[in-house]
Amino acid sequence: MSRPLLYLSYKQDMALLNTPAKRGWTIALAVGAVLLPFVLTDDLLVVLATACVAAIGAIGLNIVTGYGGQVSLGHAFFLAIGAYTAAAISGDPDSTRLIGFGITSLPIWLLAAGLVAGLAGLIVAPLAARLRGLYLAVVTLGLVFIGEHIFKHWRELTGGVGVGRPAAVPELFGFQFAVDGELFTKAQKLYLLMLVLLVIFGVLARNLVRSRTGRALAAVRDRDLAAEVIGVDVTRYKMIAFAVSSFYAGVAGALLYVMIGFVEPGSFNLGMSVQYIAMILIGGVGTISGSVLGALFITLLPRITRELPAVLPFISSSSGSGGITVFQVETILYGLLIIGFLIFEPRGLFGIWIRLRTYWKSWPFSH
Amino acid sequence: MSAVLTFDEVVLSFDGVRALDGVSFSVDPGELFAVIGPNGAGKTSIFNVLSGVYRPQRGTVRFGGEDLLGRRPHQIARLGIARTFQNIELFSNLTVLDNLMLGRHHHHPYGVLAAFGWIGKARRNELANRHAVEEIVDFLELTQWRRLPVGLLPYGVQKRVELGRALAAEPKLLLLDEPVAGMNLEETEDMARFILDIRDDLGLPMVMVEHDMGLVMDLADRIMVMDFGRPIRTGTPKDVATDPDVVRAYLGEEHRVQP
Repeated sequence: MSRPLLYLSYKQDMALLNTPAKRGWTIALAVGAVLLPFVLTDDLLVVLATACVAAIGAIGLNIVTGYGGQVSLGHAFFLAIGAYTAAAISGDPDSTRLIGFGITSLPIWLLAAGLVAGLAGLIVAPLAARLRGLYLAVVTLGLVFIGEHIFKHWRELTGGVGVGRPAAVPELFGFQFAVDGELFTKAQKLYLLMLVLLVIFGVLARNLVRSRTGRALAAVRDRDLAAEVIGVDVTRYKMIAFAVSSFYAGVAGALLYVMIGFVEPGSFNLGMSVQYIAMILIGGVGTISGSVLGALFITLLPRITRELPAVLPFISSSSGSGGITVFQVETILYGLLIIGFLIFEPRGLFGIWIRLRTYWKSWPFSH
Repeated sequence: MSAVLTFDEVVLSFDGVRALDGVSFSVDPGELFAVIGPNGAGKTSIFNVLSGVYRPQRGTVRFGGEDLLGRRPHQIARLGIARTFQNIELFSNLTVLDNLMLGRHHHHPYGVLAAFGWIGKARRNELANRHAVEEIVDFLELTQWRRLPVGLLPYGVQKRVELGRALAAEPKLLLLDEPVAGMNLEETEDMARFILDIRDDLGLPMVMVEHDMGLVMDLADRIMVMDFGRPIRTGTPKDVATDPDVVRAYLGEEHRVQP
């Protein structure tokens, strides 16, 4: 039996899964995640599929905000660009009401959505080179409002308020994901698709942040003057951060409405940006696994609060019947969670995990 | 023997305050050149002009045949000038290893797309940089701290990590801004030993700003004394120590109130 933390080469040491515990957990999680569709009901699977997509978006936000240190409230804008690019490319070409090109192949519209959003990110990035902190946050906030206005009025693209348009059609080499099949239901297929995509984009992001680029981003975040003096082109890396983050947002936006099958232009509002901020704050700023945890948590939260009226009679499931509604409880919980995490565990769920890990590593000793 | 670095009649002013008022000096290959002077004499301004943080109004700065003025800091770093800071400017959330790896940012580079894959060139280059960084870790005796975030380390060790980050860049000129400021005697002696090792083993020319006169007198080949943005004397430690102008600048021999 070899010693668990003995490395014989830097290659071993620098590997992604460099401890037996990490390898074990990863295999266990992967097996668990693949078996889930055969255990859970379809409606829960749809929620989990949405969580996987949200995780891709949260990873994107974490790259620009968590690693790059550039606070962005404009994530909803880039999600929207991705969603509409994908919907337009895979849309019905014969429709008289909406723009559509009829290309339903998933890799094509997914990549296009990411690239268009990434390009939009690049255009916005020069602002980040000039502004920092709160000022940048306010400018990116402006993006959301501009976006909301455009998407509400550009009816040929978005279908307009209250009407919307069909979301992108997930099809891969003739295989349809969004219809029930003989072997698998629609929910099972979509969940597995989103899971695979999350793993792909997660691993890519993990590689990026441990690379030269990731280190440079962290350097810009921690001390931009020192970064510049040791040879990091700060402006360039801010642009890279925005482009990559927006690419991920575009991909997530394209996939987000595939489960429901419908995109409504009003949904890409400030609330959505805040939701993603909450994901990375609660999950863990500056970690990829934290983004995934946070996305799972925030996406599952409404599902849990919906069960509350059965347990606590003073909470009602609809408005008008007195007491507080589940929606109000949800909003309050958001606020409390963000405040709570910022005060008690700024490293988020990931930080709690690290603490548990350290505790058990040194158990039964306290240090 | 041609000079590595030449500063010629450099003038830097901020709204009427002349931080540098016609400063000229040159640094020879393998030389340890020290700059001393009272607070506000313009020592750190020289460094900030050198690394491209400030842009002087007049004068020329040449480094290895290249004109440095008008270049941005990251371009100057790429030419081979590395520096440390008076107040530590490390990336405090990153580990010692990551800080040193950042020092090698422009060695074995690869693109963003390659970074996503972490295969082929990206992995090879990361490993090559890691090997180089571990040599610095050995050289500066940082082994026991290398996986810790630098924010958690004692002050003296952080100073050493900063020196390591500058060395990791394999510079052609090293700028040390108060390398032993705030250190105790033992830490100061460690640092002096490292500076001597760098000069003897690597033959690296260095410019050092320092207040610890004992250290400067012991280590420096030549010293430039500054006062009010102007060099008042440049020479060997022995020349400088006995110069009346220098003594006056430090001790304020002529304590007259201007009418």
